[in-house]
Amino acid sequence: MQARAGFISSPHAARVNSVDWVMLQVCLALVPGTLALVWFFGWGVLINMALAVVFAVVAEALVMKVRGRPALPAIADYSAVVTALLFALTIPPTLPWWLTLLGILFAIVIVKQLYGGIGYNPFNPAMAGYVFLLISYPVATTTWLPPDVPALLAAQDLVTLSFMDSARLIFTGALPAEHTWDAVSAATPLDEMRTLLDQGMTMDEIRASSPLWGLFGGRGWEWVAFWFLLGGLYMLWRKVITWQIPVAFLAGLMLAAAVFWLLDPQSYPAPMLHLVSGAAVLGAFFIATDPVSACTTKRGQLVYGFLIGVTIYVIRTWGGYPDAVAFSVLLLNIAAPMIDHYTQPRVFGQKRSA
Amino acid sequence: MLFSVLNPHRERLWHFHGGIHLPDEKALSNAGASVAAPLPTQLVVPLQQHIGAPSQACVGVGDQVKKGQVLAKPQGYVSAPVHAPSSGTVVAVEPRQVPHPSGLSAPCVVIATDGDDVWGELPAPLPDFAQQDPAELRERIRLSGIVGMGGASFPSSVKLNPGPDQPIETLIINGAECEPYITCDDLLMRERAADIVDGIRVMLHILGTQRCLVGIEDNKPEALAAMREAAQQANEQDGAAGRIKVMEIPTLYPSGGEKQLIKILTGKEVPSHGIPAQIGIVCQNVGTACAVADAVLRGRPLIERYVTVTGRGVGKPQNYRVRIGTPAADLVAASGGYTGALEKLVVGGPMMGFRIDSDAVPITKAANCLLALTPGESPDPGEPQPCIRCGRCAEVCPANLLPQQLYWHARAKDLDKVQDYNLFDCIECGCCAVVCPSHIPLVQYYRFAKTESWAREREKRAAEHARERHAAKEARLERLEREKKAKMRKKKEAVAPKGGKDDDKQAAIKAARERAAAKKREAPEAAAQKEAPEQNAAEAGAAAGAETPKVAAPDGKPPGAQANAKTQAKAAEQQGAQGAVPKPVPDDGSRAVDEAKAAGAETLGAGPDERPGEGSDDAKQPSAASSTEQERPRASAGRG
Repeated sequence: MQARAGFISSPHAARVNSVDWVMLQVCLALVPGTLALVWFFGWGVLINMALAVVFAVVAEALVMKVRGRPALPAIADYSAVVTALLFALTIPPTLPWWLTLLGILFAIVIVKQLYGGIGYNPFNPAMAGYVFLLISYPVATTTWLPPDVPALLAAQDLVTLSFMDSARLIFTGALPAEHTWDAVSAATPLDEMRTLLDQGMTMDEIRASSPLWGLFGGRGWEWVAFWFLLGGLYMLWRKVITWQIPVAFLAGLMLAAAVFWLLDPQSYPAPMLHLVSGAAVLGAFFIATDPVSACTTKRGQLVYGFLIGVTIYVIRTWGGYPDAVAFSVLLLNIAAPMIDHYTQPRVFGQKRSA
Repeated sequence: MLFSVLNPHRERLWHFHGGIHLPDEKALSNAGASVAAPLPTQLVVPLQQHIGAPSQACVGVGDQVKKGQVLAKPQGYVSAPVHAPSSGTVVAVEPRQVPHPSGLSAPCVVIATDGDDVWGELPAPLPDFAQQDPAELRERIRLSGIVGMGGASFPSSVKLNPGPDQPIETLIINGAECEPYITCDDLLMRERAADIVDGIRVMLHILGTQRCLVGIEDNKPEALAAMREAAQQANEQDGAAGRIKVMEIPTLYPSGGEKQLIKILTGKEVPSHGIPAQIGIVCQNVGTACAVADAVLRGRPLIERYVTVTGRGVGKPQNYRVRIGTPAADLVAASGGYTGALEKLVVGGPMMGFRIDSDAVPITKAANCLLALTPGESPDPGEPQPCIRCGRCAEVCPANLLPQQLYWHARAKDLDKVQDYNLFDCIECGCCAVVCPSHIPLVQYYRFAKTESWAREREKRAAEHARERHAAKEARLERLEREKKAKMRKKKEAVAPKGGKDDDKQAAIKAARERAAAKKREAPEAAAQKEAPEQNAAEAGAAAGAETPKVAAPDGKPPGAQANAKTQAKAAEQQGAQGAVPKPVPDDGSRAVDEAKAAGAETLGAGPDERPGEGSDDAKQPSAASSTEQERPRASAGRG
């Protein structure tokens, strides 16, 4: 007998995991939340996702080619696809295509590949790309559509966009002739709330002011959050992520919110409103859990997630932006190596952690 | 706590960190009873089948040997003899391929069997072992060639002799058999439970302890039942209820790791870099227990073991009772041969076993499984992809290490950093590599880093040794010089003119001379006292600033009066010493270098008084860099 030479060391058992499987699971887990987004905010979401994925894959392949490395393995791990999807889910469904292109190029070429490609990027590429656009093109990246809730549309004389309308808006920047921007766009609930709070309204007044508000947070938005939560639980079940980061993340956000809400419920929104608004749930399960840029020790992940949650609350409440998942994640990305260093586990048979 | 209070009769179990569930594949081979493997025409018995000193062959080519006869005697305390597994003629004592990860050959005794399988003379059975001296029993176990049969192959008699300063509270018997595929311990426990329990009783007597826990994974219900019954009977027979307890533990790889099993059964952790005896525990495999019973109760040495031949690469996987030295190919043939597509042949399990390139290798005492894996069972993991830092490796690590950080630093060959991350607590169980989504051969990286660390450690030690020898030589030369000077002085005093009218003057001169001599005596002594630590600092300094010695070589003028004086003194010593002590010549070259170093180093520091404190730190840092330099004085010292 003559066995094949090559790989020598144990273990000889089959590998039970692979990067492409992990990435595909993430894509799969995004499905319910994505469907909810499409349901409430129209086809623009899907068009953006498709564009982002194409841009990201092409960008990844080109960079690999420039780096003199095979492009296929880099594309086949689907990490660029996941980055593109997460990016597309955070931008408004009306964003012009060239801004999507810019954001993706920044994310893939600069944040990911210039640092060495998958596994080496210190920052979350999707969030860095989003923040890049948010700072450079603040109006375009904060113009959101109203959720497709009939009561709300009727009350405020708003309309929704058809597939063709969305496509035309994204590719040419032109609205249908019969509509104006005022008729198709609406502030996000977090944005609305910040504005009204700054005008001195109380929470009760704000909630009574418009049919925008649902059970916990903005109508439509709270359902999107719920479906993303479901996707997150799926990833936990498949062991694609661990509970530490999402739980600590949401706990940090809600604890911070609870403290101020208990002090003054009229000036500070309730923890549940924070939870279901903006990108909190998406961020907790899909963005902060990006393994490359997050902490790796278990205790470190708790610290990391918790601090992201607290930072989000701080920026949402006192910062210059209505939502802050991207900023908070990037800030804690910087701190991740240090947190890891100070949270090493106690090794078996040793008295305390090294 | 509460649990144990509420259930006083049930032992509580603990958890270790991590671990993985793997398809256990045990059903492939554990359906039928074990089969006696056919007697091969040739037995190839390796002389070293244990950890420790290799044993020395005591038979020669052409000798007739009988079954159980000693083929090789142990050399030293940590060693074990090997015995003839059957009767026949010794046809060769030569290096043969042995089952070892390196694939290298090692000395073996080759026996052409005669088919009679006649027993030689055996030591008397000791059925009344409870009345025997433990030392006597240990010697019996040692001479029976018993080593750890779970795979580690450490001589069991050594393990059973923890010494008076390490009282043993608990004997743990490892029947976990946590690796997939392997079922030899399972079958052994089903078929020879009573013998295993007898072995346990012997070992309890040797250790002088009254508590034994047998850990068996819950995927072996038949073995559990058999062992429970045997333990029950033995406890009743000894009138000691609960002395031997059979514990069902959850199936989780690697529960059968010694440290992991101890944690599960007792909640105690073997200290890092320590052994179980330090926490009052001795752990033995069920196979070892059975071999102990054979040795003590029947006088039979270890010449046979249970071996699982399995994997989808062989036609009929099953368990065999195999004579040590049986070629693996014979077992494969008995199991219906290869089925065709063979990816690799492995000795041991799929997680920790090692691949062998030839099935000509013999079965040894530690070989529990012969695994023929098809490409489907052991697919090529493909090119490793970049680590995505997912941390799955850390989640499953039973030693609670950070495998990912170890990988980064091992890859960068940063040996200090890998040790900071506790590389040597890694048990190489392979969990991290199996779950790694990037298919990085993590264990291979750790083995590489360990080997590199050992090599560096050896180098360091050699350098340290050379340094010590050098310091000792310097001190010796100083002393010789001192003695010589003292002699000269005495001679001078003896021939000095006595009496005369200038007695007072003479007395004054003498007093002055004595004062001077006393001063002189003090100075070299002080220097000698400082010599050892100073030397370290000096050499370290020399290595750090490689340029300095050249500048300050003895014949060039070294800067600084202190250094100057010292160099001169040494030059004088050198001449004196060579005159006084017969000495081979080659020393000179290296001495010049050494002195240059010493002198050069002195110019670096402020003064000798400040050195000793810094010495150790200074010496530590550049030692690796100076190792090549250190070779020279060592070489010359060797000749001298």
